[in-house]
Amino acid sequence: MKLVLEDNSIWEGRSFGASTGFEGEVVFNTGMTGYVETLTDPSYKGQILVCTYPLQGNYGVPEPEKRDGLPWPFESDRIQVSGLIVTRHSERHSHHAAAKTLGQWLGEQGVPAIEDIDTRALTRLLREKGTMRGKILPDSDSQNRATNLPTIHMPEVVDLVSCKTVQHYKRGDIRIALVDCGMKRNILRSLLKRGLSVTVVPWDYDLASLYDEVDGYFISNGPGDPKDADVLVRNLRELLKRQKPVFGICLGHQLLALAAGADTYKLPYGHRSQNQPVQDLLTRRCYITSQNHGYAVDNTSLPHDWDTWFVNVNDETNEGIRSVSGPFASVQFHPEASPGPTDTAYLFDEFVRMIARSRFVNVR
Amino acid sequence: MFGNYLPMKPKKVLILGSGALKIGEAGEFDYSGSQAIKALKEEGIQTVLINPNIATIQTSEGMADRIYFLPVTARFVEQVIIREQVDSIILGFGGQTALNCGLELEETGVLERLDVRVIGTQVEAIRNTEDRKLFVEKLNEIDVRTARAVACSSQEEAREAALNTIGLPVILRGAFSLGGKGSAIVSTREELEKVLPVAFSGSPQVLVEESLAGWKEIEYEVVRDGKGNCLTVCNMENIDPMGIHTGESIVVAPSQTLNNHEYHMLRELAIRTVRHLGIVGECNIQYALDPASDEYRVIEVNARLSRSSALASKATGYPLAYIAAKLALGYTLHELTNLITRRTSAFFEPALDYCVIKCPRWDLEKFTGAEVKIGPEMKSVGEVMSIGRSFTEALQKALRMVGLGVNGLEPEAFEFENLEYELQNPSPKRIFAVGKALESGMGVERIHELTGIDRWYLYEIDHMISLGRELKKHEEPDETLLRRLKKEGYSDLGIAKILGSTETDVRMLRHRWHIRPVLKQIDTLSAEFPAETNYLYLTYHGGETDVRSSWRKKVMVLGGGPYRIGSSVEFDWCCVNSVQAARELGYETVLVNCNPETVSTDTDTCDKLIFDEITFEAVSEIYDMEQPYGIVVSVGGQISNNLVLPLHQAGMRILGTSATDIDRAEDRHKFSSLLDELGIDQPKWTEMSRIEDLPKTIEELGGTPILVRPSYVLSGAAMTVAHDESHLVNFLNRAAEVSPDHPVVLTKFERNSKEIEIDAVADHGEVILWAISEHVENAGVHSGDATMVLPPQKLYLETVRRIKTIATKLAEKLQITGPFNMQFLAKSNSVKVIELNLRASRSFPFVSKVTGNNYIREATRRMLGVRDPLVNKALDLDYVGVKAAQFSFSRIKGADPTLGVEMASTGEVGCFGENFHEALLKSQLSTGFRYPRKGVLLSLGPVGDKYRFLEPARILAEMGLKLYATPGTADLMTEEGFDVIKVGKSRQPMEPMGLDIIDRGEVDFVVNISRDYDEEGRPDGYFIRRRAADLNIPLITNMQLAIAIVEAMSLYKEEDLPIRHWGDYVLSGQ
Ligand SMILES: Nc1ncnc2c1ncn2[C@@H]1O[C@H](COP(=O)(O)OP(=O)(O)O)[C@@H](O)[C@H]1O
Ligand SMILES: Nc1ncnc2c1ncn2[C@@H]1O[C@H](COP(=O)(O)OP(=O)(O)O)[C@@H](O)[C@H]1O
Ligand SMILES: [Mg+2]
Ligand SMILES: [Mg+2]
Repeated sequence: MKLVLEDNSIWEGRSFGASTGFEGEVVFNTGMTGYVETLTDPSYKGQILVCTYPLQGNYGVPEPEKRDGLPWPFESDRIQVSGLIVTRHSERHSHHAAAKTLGQWLGEQGVPAIEDIDTRALTRLLREKGTMRGKILPDSDSQNRATNLPTIHMPEVVDLVSCKTVQHYKRGDIRIALVDCGMKRNILRSLLKRGLSVTVVPWDYDLASLYDEVDGYFISNGPGDPKDADVLVRNLRELLKRQKPVFGICLGHQLLALAAGADTYKLPYGHRSQNQPVQDLLTRRCYITSQNHGYAVDNTSLPHDWDTWFVNVNDETNEGIRSVSGPFASVQFHPEASPGPTDTAYLFDEFVRMIARSRFVNVR
Repeated sequence: MFGNYLPMKPKKVLILGSGALKIGEAGEFDYSGSQAIKALKEEGIQTVLINPNIATIQTSEGMADRIYFLPVTARFVEQVIIREQVDSIILGFGGQTALNCGLELEETGVLERLDVRVIGTQVEAIRNTEDRKLFVEKLNEIDVRTARAVACSSQEEAREAALNTIGLPVILRGAFSLGGKGSAIVSTREELEKVLPVAFSGSPQVLVEESLAGWKEIEYEVVRDGKGNCLTVCNMENIDPMGIHTGESIVVAPSQTLNNHEYHMLRELAIRTVRHLGIVGECNIQYALDPASDEYRVIEVNARLSRSSALASKATGYPLAYIAAKLALGYTLHELTNLITRRTSAFFEPALDYCVIKCPRWDLEKFTGAEVKIGPEMKSVGEVMSIGRSFTEALQKALRMVGLGVNGLEPEAFEFENLEYELQNPSPKRIFAVGKALESGMGVERIHELTGIDRWYLYEIDHMISLGRELKKHEEPDETLLRRLKKEGYSDLGIAKILGSTETDVRMLRHRWHIRPVLKQIDTLSAEFPAETNYLYLTYHGGETDVRSSWRKKVMVLGGGPYRIGSSVEFDWCCVNSVQAARELGYETVLVNCNPETVSTDTDTCDKLIFDEITFEAVSEIYDMEQPYGIVVSVGGQISNNLVLPLHQAGMRILGTSATDIDRAEDRHKFSSLLDELGIDQPKWTEMSRIEDLPKTIEELGGTPILVRPSYVLSGAAMTVAHDESHLVNFLNRAAEVSPDHPVVLTKFERNSKEIEIDAVADHGEVILWAISEHVENAGVHSGDATMVLPPQKLYLETVRRIKTIATKLAEKLQITGPFNMQFLAKSNSVKVIELNLRASRSFPFVSKVTGNNYIREATRRMLGVRDPLVNKALDLDYVGVKAAQFSFSRIKGADPTLGVEMASTGEVGCFGENFHEALLKSQLSTGFRYPRKGVLLSLGPVGDKYRFLEPARILAEMGLKLYATPGTADLMTEEGFDVIKVGKSRQPMEPMGLDIIDRGEVDFVVNISRDYDEEGRPDGYFIRRRAADLNIPLITNMQLAIAIVEAMSLYKEEDLPIRHWGDYVLSGQ
């Protein structure tokens, strides 16, 4: 199999997943562990993922195990990445929890994968030229002309990964709505673990209609350009007129920013890694975070009643915003981790506190 | 900047070094100390350094502002503090030595009294990590689990804990010690009884702990600033599971078998723990992780820079020591920049896009009687680090780098009598046993059962070995197979060996198909950000090189490889100085080395650092890419020196003395005829290829004793002195194993000769710098173990003149350009040549620092054709430098702590004095000697020696010391009117026994000189020497040295030794 990029560069390697072709955006991730979590992250929908860490699949793929009522450590019910490029995968894995190899899993789920590629050189190319589109093709296609390759129409990608029906998870007496834009399960787990009762709703659900039933809203991560999800932006705008807490992660963060009147833009090659340093501008504390996004909020476009909360220590891009006038906040990174460091898990507690405070205020 | 956590900027900071290299505390602390000094100097802070290790880079010009070559003990440190008026002290950069010394200074109130502030991690935090009991309490407070254990301060307590509270098996571990000293896993009552006294000898507190042998052993390197920002720079997984010290394990970074949950669970625990302990700077946390569940235990936290942190720095490119020093000054992490990318901040966790392997280097074969097993105690003397883009590529590289003469993980490299036993009872060769077992079809499951090594590693190795088998089926590999072999880390030579062809053939084939390695950057962020880094490695897993070669004129310098007995930090000093000299002249410098404990592999030492093998294959590929003006091979020691001929023959340019001339000195025959031709005397020698010729040969040489050795080795592996024919026969079998293709060389051993060395630099045959040093010990003690004195104190002028003449003649004849070293035997006025090394030697840093002429800088300039007038300062020194060896016998169980022609020391110190005695005492105190206060145990060997020691014995008696002696010595001394207590030795039971009075702590100095052998072929007195080493009692085994020390003690009380810094003696010193 081979990968042919927009710039006509050809990267030949060996197939170790499904043997189907695919066309999509090619992105890279620098995480050194956590491929099970990464591959099932719906934010990757429609993308071909390049792993910079050369050895993948070492500990195999486990059987799902129920944790907080959800299959673990899978972040959704299938592999979301549409193609995988690595230097080398383990044909034989080793872990007490492993049930199959990475290759088997990819094969079962029909996801093409190529190994024996200089992923560092590929990454450097993507970094220099920016994210490109690419095609995964069989070796037999000597002209690299394949058309009609499976692909995903990105403007509708959120609709593709969002749940179609409302689901209820009952825990304590605080109830929240979690908007699924391609949600990672660990967001839900993190909320449930803190005793919140969660109603997961599809991305285009009329959020205001839930206003009397819930104590707050949580907007999940997801794939694609936030500007394509204007239904949700409109719905959020409604919420911002009121006083119940809203918290967003990743795509949820970008959508909240758009709703607030700020702007988003596409990064040249995105942040996809588990080692992104961010700083809380108020406390000056720094955290290492897990990230996966290609779009970012434009710091300069924030309306006057919104503050930049976190910034990226490496490139100073926006990593979080907070409203001055209401209990609304969001972060670009993933406090739910999985994969990645758990430094910012405290933000879920922060959300719970926001709810507690707003309940108190609202009662008064 | 200052004030965040530090209220006031320090003005003058005292840094404690770690002293001589020893097992468990080696070159890594030169690296971390050097970085700390740089970091402090950048801030305009004055630095004062105490470190007697004269071969280090940190004790060089341009480093610390003031350098004291003094023992790192509370007494000396206190006096330096007073003299220098320092306001702050930093404890985390000199290993356990510095940490313990700091604790003592604090506990005795010295720091408070002298108003010295500890910066960086505070003493309380250090104590909480060092005292196991406090440690466990601290971790309990935050729900972090530690192994079930009982801290015991007596043998009785420990026995009770092991048998009842915890239950066998247990592991005994000493608090306040390093390198797992005194640690042992105990499964039976008998073992327990044996181990208890030893455990308590090294540490006042011993921990009896549940055994976690077989669990995964994982480490994290953590940094934290004074504001509480905290992150983990790197994690590492030991391939050898718990039960084998991390210093003894092959280690991989990052971890390979941990999933996301495990990785981040341990990471979170690390941060929680480090925050709670209040570390400021860097520390290391070690875990045991159950391979079958999420269970974990914290093993320990080292609240200081460590061997692992040096490794982590090199593995990731994150300069831990430098950052730790800045954090000690009150900076926060995000205020500091990532020195690799130069555009991102130091608050980040490196992402690696390669696999790193550390492999230890042992030298256990050098010690007769040593137990050749590895376990929870550290015994290795050095290490290498390899980088690859597959596990096997890195592993095979690492095994080549270690210098065992293998081409990678060759299954047939070593013979194993009982493979299963070998797998279960690990020795340094276990990884080869794994290879052999896989090759012979034992199967991964069984090997996993026996070794506890995770199956993933075994699968990878299995895959690699099966590819080797595949190759055997071919006469010549096809392109695909060759490519795959290279990606699995097979070297050209290894492939040639399997095919029965030559390295050149394979190389040509490879080049024909354009299978060439590429240079990849270590950029800390997996290419996510552009990085200007000059830190590179070679891999066959790539289609593209990251950096283009520049058009500047380049010099390539080959490094010293792993530290080992016979070659360690002194060659690193040489490399660094050579690179600096070339840089100064405007050359771009390319350095190749593979040792993570070095300063030469610090990214700002040279213009391009290639962290890779020093083999013909790697060097020639790099040469092709970089097209340097020439290669410096003469500063890295023997490994690079051995490459001279092949590199030259392949058309590469060797700087300095020509390859053919180097060969004329290295080749024994050529060198010998050269000496004859020049009329220079040498000890009689001959070569023997058949054992039947022995009687005739002995006669030719004029009888025993005879020195036996193979050629082309550095520090005398398998070299010995045979005192009679049967001994010789016995020994020859062992020597033959060392180099089967080479005949044995037999040399007449010259008794009662003085040994003298010359270190010199020549230019086109003209000697321009030279220094003659004299050994305190007579010839027969390896020059690396001997005590060296510069300038010589007892040489006849005529001897000096002859040595100079010989050196001049040889330099002229061999047209030497660059460094060289010679050793001589001198008796009366006759001078014989032992050897000529056409390269830098171990003593170059010593002579450079004592004389004030930098020999390496000068040699490098000459090699590059620059001639400036200079004065040889060695000729009139009005002070004395003494270099003394550091031994690590206490770590090498079973080894006989005695001196011979095989080098045994692991490190050295160099100290200054007004006179010989002052310098000698300082040097001895720096290597663990302590003034005796109670009693001395004497065993004086041959009668002549006994008489010679009568005067020193009188001095000892006058010092108020009780004298004990073994029977022969005691009889003679009684006759001479001494008040001496006769004690028994193993062969002569009587009351009291020598061993008992040692155990009872009645003697604190042992002089034990012996030539006889017991029934087991062990020299007489073995048990006494061994016990002294085990119990850390100062032990002297050489008559000349013993006399000198006692004389010196009679002239100086310890408190009278003057406190002077380097610059007080040497004008150019600091
Ligand atoms: N409870 C234990 N069971 C088995 N092995 C252990 C245990 N504790 C330590 N070890 C082994 O002993 C080695 C040395 O112990 P450690 O506490 O790290 O001492 P050091 O200070 O010398 O590094 C470890 O690397 C580990 O392999
Ligand atoms: N002929 C000899 N007589 C006495 N001692 C010798 C003789 N040759 C060597 N030695 C001793 O053995 C030591 C090691 O020998 P040398 O040839 O220098 O080996 P290496 O190459 O390991 O340095 C010398 O330092 C010296 O003390
Ligand atoms: Mg340890
Ligand atoms: Mg020698």
